[in-house]
Amino acid sequence: MEKPLTGHIKAEGIPLNIREYEVAGGYTGVQTVLKKMQPMDVINLIKDAGLLGRGGAGFPTGLKWSFVPTGSDVPRPVYLLCNADEMEPGSFKDRFLLEGNPHQLIAGMICAAYAIQAEKAYIFLRWAYKKAETILRKAIAEAYAEGYLGKNILGSDFSLDIYVHTSAGRYICGEETALINSLEGKRAIPRAKPPFPTTSGLFGKPTVINNVETLCWISHIIENGADWFKNLGLNGEGGTKLYGVSGRVKKPGIYELPMGTVMREILEKHAGGMTDGYNLRAVIPGGASTEFVMEKQLDVKMDFVSLKAVGSRMGTATMTVLDDKTCPVAFLHNIERFFAQESCGWCTPCREGLPRVEKMLLAIEEGNGKEEYLESLKFHTTYCGPGNTFCAHAPGAMEPLQSGLEYFHDDFMRHINEKHCPWRSND
Amino acid sequence: MLTELEIHEIKEEIKLYPYAHAACIEALKIVQHYRGWVSDESVKDIAEVLSISASEVDSIATFYSRIYRKPVARNVILVCDGMSCMVMGYQSVYEYLAKKLGIQWGESTTDGRFTLLPISCLGDCDHAPSMMINNDLFHNLSITQLEDILEKYI
Repeated sequence: MEKPLTGHIKAEGIPLNIREYEVAGGYTGVQTVLKKMQPMDVINLIKDAGLLGRGGAGFPTGLKWSFVPTGSDVPRPVYLLCNADEMEPGSFKDRFLLEGNPHQLIAGMICAAYAIQAEKAYIFLRWAYKKAETILRKAIAEAYAEGYLGKNILGSDFSLDIYVHTSAGRYICGEETALINSLEGKRAIPRAKPPFPTTSGLFGKPTVINNVETLCWISHIIENGADWFKNLGLNGEGGTKLYGVSGRVKKPGIYELPMGTVMREILEKHAGGMTDGYNLRAVIPGGASTEFVMEKQLDVKMDFVSLKAVGSRMGTATMTVLDDKTCPVAFLHNIERFFAQESCGWCTPCREGLPRVEKMLLAIEEGNGKEEYLESLKFHTTYCGPGNTFCAHAPGAMEPLQSGLEYFHDDFMRHINEKHCPWRSND
Repeated sequence: MLTELEIHEIKEEIKLYPYAHAACIEALKIVQHYRGWVSDESVKDIAEVLSISASEVDSIATFYSRIYRKPVARNVILVCDGMSCMVMGYQSVYEYLAKKLGIQWGESTTDGRFTLLPISCLGDCDHAPSMMINNDLFHNLSITQLEDILEKYI
């Protein structure tokens, strides 16, 4: 089975240096792009391949790039931003790529920057990823030394600088316009769209923001072609995907598998099934802002379309398994506490609604809940939902809640009727 | 008052941006690097270097969770309280540390050695439960290891 993204990542080892990655063919895509392709050729190739953004929303990457204005009167510089602010609870795939193979990301960024004719690129890196920071800075220095970054790359007219910017915390920085505000030294509050960043982004200039995993694909697609990419997937969506599993399974970790691999296969075959003594109750498929997938739905294919069909979302495709020894109400409280804490406070439903949700869930978990709280929680899933808020933060927070209220209704009722959490001892 | 070194480093950061204001978060990080936290006085001093108001600097300082506006101890323990670490039992890690150090979330030991804080998902879910002490990551934690880990930090 082909593993383009993780094939060169050594288990527990140090990543390939630039010479080793060159020998492995890792920089051929960059050579091809700079010597043989026009920027529009690269955009069209990525469009043809059908690469969908790996940050969670699944927006077509080539299409996003095509929104960047072209021509001699384009405001300059154009910016490429790599969103490496991985902070969605349960997500750990970008850390794996950053620590495992930094040159794959750099090669992808050079190709992407050429496609949109960006001359400056930032990697917006989560502060906590200290090891990744060290590895990236070393790799970028190597790329400058070998002439892959800086002025007139490989003797071409194209120049690019890549900077590493470390965050100062806050989940909302992962929202692309909030990320831009943060890079500008402001509070990370999302901006109104339009204008979209591709027209007016960082410092008012055209800006493309792509996820780490998305950018890691670019050079591979250039080397191998759109058909190769399409054929890697099983169910119409191209490529492989980094699937993650955490929770009470025998082998938690990252597994690169064809896009569209069945969830049950990932959990049972690759992650080894549940740890002895634990049973699976539900799965959060792609980070805390995705709806629960229940045991009876585990035969769902893990791709953007199929997960939507079962009422969930692929998100980051890093699954967290909820087992039968963990209280689902406490689990939901943990999720909603996170979202309440990380609200930027800009719009009212999010700032006021999420803390109320969090308090009601805590009251129920501690045995002080009332049945009318369930009605109120249900109301909030709409009140804080799509269309009522400034960005996707609160609607994302409502996804696990609305599915949890439905799937775990009996568990909620037991907390309320028995006036304590059935998972806690009565001491 | 900021040291000459701090001012120099902030001015170097300013050069990387189209305007001084954009270096605000970096300026806060620089001051915190040398002082452990950002005092009211430092907020005013940073504002002066960036030529913006102190309230603007404070609005940014208080927004970002990794900027400390209160003093912290020499070592900051950040226990991941994300959903995967919850499933894997971060609560027992917290309870052990709280009892051993005699402090709760947000507090520091009286000897100024440790501050105990929760931290959002550290992106280390396949090795849960996880925590950081200063810049170091510790994972696959069981409470039997915690005493040895703490001893490394004085």
